[in-house]
Amino acid sequence: MPSFGENELSRRDVMAGATACAALAAVPARAEGRPETAGPEQPVLAKVSLTVNGQRRELELDTRTSLLDAAREHLHLTGSKKGCDHGQCGACTMIVDGRRINSCLTLAVMHQGSEITTIEGLGQPDALHPMQAAFIKHDGYQCGYCTPGQICSGVAVLAEIKAGIPSHVTVDLNAPMQVTDAEIRERMSGNICRCGAYSNIVEAMTEVAGRPA
Amino acid sequence: MKSFTYERPNSPADAAAAVSRNPNAKFIAGGTNLLDLMKLQIETPTHLVDVNGLGLDTIEATPEGGLRVGALVRNTDLASDARVRKDYAVLSRALLAGASGQLRNKATTAGNLLQRTRCPYFYDTAQACNKRQPGSGCSALDGVSRQLAVIGASEACIATHPGDMAVAMRVLDATVETVDAKGASRKIPIADFHRLPGDRPEVDTSLAPGELITAVTLPKPLGGAHIYRKVRDRASYAYALVSVAAVVQPDGSGRAAFGGVAHKPWRVEAAEGEMARGAKAVTAQVFAGAKPTHDNAYKLTLAERTLGAALNEARA
Repeated sequence: MPSFGENELSRRDVMAGATACAALAAVPARAEGRPETAGPEQPVLAKVSLTVNGQRRELELDTRTSLLDAAREHLHLTGSKKGCDHGQCGACTMIVDGRRINSCLTLAVMHQGSEITTIEGLGQPDALHPMQAAFIKHDGYQCGYCTPGQICSGVAVLAEIKAGIPSHVTVDLNAPMQVTDAEIRERMSGNICRCGAYSNIVEAMTEVAGRPA
Repeated sequence: MKSFTYERPNSPADAAAAVSRNPNAKFIAGGTNLLDLMKLQIETPTHLVDVNGLGLDTIEATPEGGLRVGALVRNTDLASDARVRKDYAVLSRALLAGASGQLRNKATTAGNLLQRTRCPYFYDTAQACNKRQPGSGCSALDGVSRQLAVIGASEACIATHPGDMAVAMRVLDATVETVDAKGASRKIPIADFHRLPGDRPEVDTSLAPGELITAVTLPKPLGGAHIYRKVRDRASYAYALVSVAAVVQPDGSGRAAFGGVAHKPWRVEAAEGEMARGAKAVTAQVFAGAKPTHDNAYKLTLAERTLGAALNEARA
């Protein structure tokens, strides 16, 4: 949560603070005499506790808050990006309870007790995750906006192949899965890169998978 | 997004009761379609009933030799299940042809059946759409209809069911199991689950208000070659223009259902007697009575060719 006792507030802090104030000012949702079906006139708050990058976090949020907004606006973990906010671009990809998901298309309140890994939890500048290091080595990005989602997705894709989860391009559903360019491209199709760094992303993932690029 | 209250019920019947009590309540499972529509205010529930904690997430063998798939089994888990891969490969293939890896990790079996159309006029709140706003008209009729239905449509709606999974379930003769607010269960053949639009396109399925899907049951395996062939505008992560789910036996007999062509997975069992004679003989009957628009008449040719390709693949 933002601190209003400090002198320097970023624009993001001011905006997050304004949202939080509006939410905290909310009175119990239903006005006197309104039928149950009419719906709440004001924001409804709910408590949720999540483990984010190994740290337990307790939040009280508007029920509408996506997992992405909870991370960015409330926990100030701004590595995960909001691209389309409709599950089409993959920039918001996080690993939740061991699986990659679009964090924009799920509500934070639906994740009571979940274990969440964002790009910040995969690695830090002084201790990069091998996938982060490989993206740098192979120029797996240009502008970088989609990169946190690409890297979270890339880590999860290699785990999915290892776990034997098939894909649309898997020739034999009952044979062991292989890390091929075609498999990587198909499995990464939910992560859009408008700079077009795809071929370098495939190289980075291939290297991490332990196959010569 | 409009404000809503939120609850986690303790049993399927409690969940059904919670939604039955309130016409503006909705179940939420994976949320990948509902939350998208709520952000656009196409769906505006005032109360969400989160069914994720209800169990219903296992795949079990049935006494009849089939499989009972819990409503909350995620698309990834259903596609990856060893029994499904081996005996119901058309279902694995259909699931893997849909959406993205991230979405398949969240999306559920029941939610996938209940996904709403991707008709661009349903999504654009500035346009008339009888499905989104009953009585407002249908802008798609005189609009861009390239992606829309060629058969089974009405003057009120030419939207399609967008899914892949349901097309495979239709060819497999799956059964949808439900529970209502009183705890009574019901079995709905997949053929009767999705509706045609008629004059009430706002109603996608035969579910009663508050009725909750608990499972989908697959009959015992059919054997044969299982093919799911999907034609779309890009190689991955796009909705079908036309898709074919086919199960073909060594003697050339078999079954076929079509996606992307109607308000429901489209299958004409009477036409399947022609399977051994080839795609043209089958699709001539399957699409008898089709009323394509100028923009989507290509789907009739495409459906024949896609079935032809599926039959070739089955023989290979």
